Amino acid sequence: MIYWANDIYRVGWGDKTLVKFFPDWFYSVFNLDSHLANGMAFHFFFMWFFFLNGTVYVLYTIISGEWRLLVPNRRSFKEAWQVLLHDLHIRKYEPPSDKYNAAQKIAYTSIIIMGFGSLLTGLSIYKPVQFGWLCTILGGYEWARIEHFVLTIGYVIFFLIHIIQVIIHGWNNFQAMVTGFELKKVKSVPIAENKTTEEIPAK
Amino acid sequence: MKKKELKEVETTSRNIKKRTIISFSVFFVLLVAGFWGWKWLNRQEESDGALKPLRTVLNANEKVNDIFFSKNHLVKEYPKSKAEKDVRVNGDIGMGDNFDATKWKLNVARHPESNSPDSMLLISLDEIMKLPYKDMTFNFKCIEGWSQITNWGGVKFSDFLTHYHLGTHSGKAPDPNHPEDMYKYVGLMTPDSAYYVGIDMKSIMHPQTILAYNMNDSILPDNQGYPLRLIIPIKYGIKSIKRIGYIYFSDTRPKDYWFEQGYDYDAAL
Repeated sequence: MIYWANDIYRVGWGDKTLVKFFPDWFYSVFNLDSHLANGMAFHFFFMWFFFLNGTVYVLYTIISGEWRLLVPNRRSFKEAWQVLLHDLHIRKYEPPSDKYNAAQKIAYTSIIIMGFGSLLTGLSIYKPVQFGWLCTILGGYEWARIEHFVLTIGYVIFFLIHIIQVIIHGWNNFQAMVTGFELKKVKSVPIAENKTTEEIPAK
Repeated sequence: MKKKELKEVETTSRNIKKRTIISFSVFFVLLVAGFWGWKWLNRQEESDGALKPLRTVLNANEKVNDIFFSKNHLVKEYPKSKAEKDVRVNGDIGMGDNFDATKWKLNVARHPESNSPDSMLLISLDEIMKLPYKDMTFNFKCIEGWSQITNWGGVKFSDFLTHYHLGTHSGKAPDPNHPEDMYKYVGLMTPDSAYYVGIDMKSIMHPQTILAYNMNDSILPDNQGYPLRLIIPIKYGIKSIKRIGYIYFSDTRPKDYWFEQGYDYDAAL
């Protein structure tokens, strides 16, 4: 929203532009044209939600110990590749997984690091004079702006893949996302049934 | 023993049901709250071009920024050779055609709401040019997203205020040790009153805030605000008003063109 007035970001080389951020259709579809002030006001309003939400989430994972399930380990990078092949139906073998598989661990940990990156790059371009030292560390004003923008594009990609994955994996998985305990439900129910059938004659 | 096991399983499945219902209720409530909150937000009235809750937060953000403000935080200056020769022109509000530069003088009102003749000060460009010169090359940042390294020359605003004994209730030269004597804001306006900005005194007194009459070592071009413009690197370009006609002081926020269009007031960097 904040970038409407100048399409200063593009992918290309020399004078050749492959994609410019953003193409004209983007503004018309989302009705964003000439809404810079509006966009900035929303931006600097919701940044607090972004910050607070992220802080609460990170604190929760630390206090609850959930971080152990989220942070990738030595095997994760190799396994994440297998997850990718499996998800793309190139390989049938399903890689090992606890609560989250290796690809999820990497994704969910990266997104936190990205969020932190957005806070820092955001602060450095929001107040490049008062936080000049931060701006310098991040490579200067222009670079910090690009970093902030690339991270944002990263969220969009994460979001799209996330939504697609949720749709592919169906209702049980979605229910698990809300309740937090799919594995137990899906896998333990048949076991419970077995037990019941075994145990009834014993009564 | 087996009976106990069975019971345990039952409890668990009842728990599962209970937790599922609670979780989905919370999920649903949050979903509705989010949707409703968004609708509510967009239904709010506007205050100076921004929805009221957003305006409240923008004002609060300025207070947060105030905590981090220091006059010692300087904008990075570059060697003059780095300055762009083809300087971008990005606004002509207040630069109307019927302007007679030969008759131009800077009008300064020493105090607000005072129409006495000795309260008004008329200053010519020649007089301003006699004050100590400050040359500066820095990255000029536009709120639209672009930035450009440019070179400007003129007099530090603080030197200007000190020389003419302006910006204070007492009529003495501003003294950093007596901030209570200083007006809180400075207002600047084009001769045709079409463009106007308000700037807090701390930012006006910043050592890199200048009244500029030079660009790249020669006199300002018309489209860059000849004869005199403000260059304030610690704020977005919207505050660097071109072709200043009037300067006045106030303890309340002077009117500001882009603030009225929904931007934050201080546009501070």
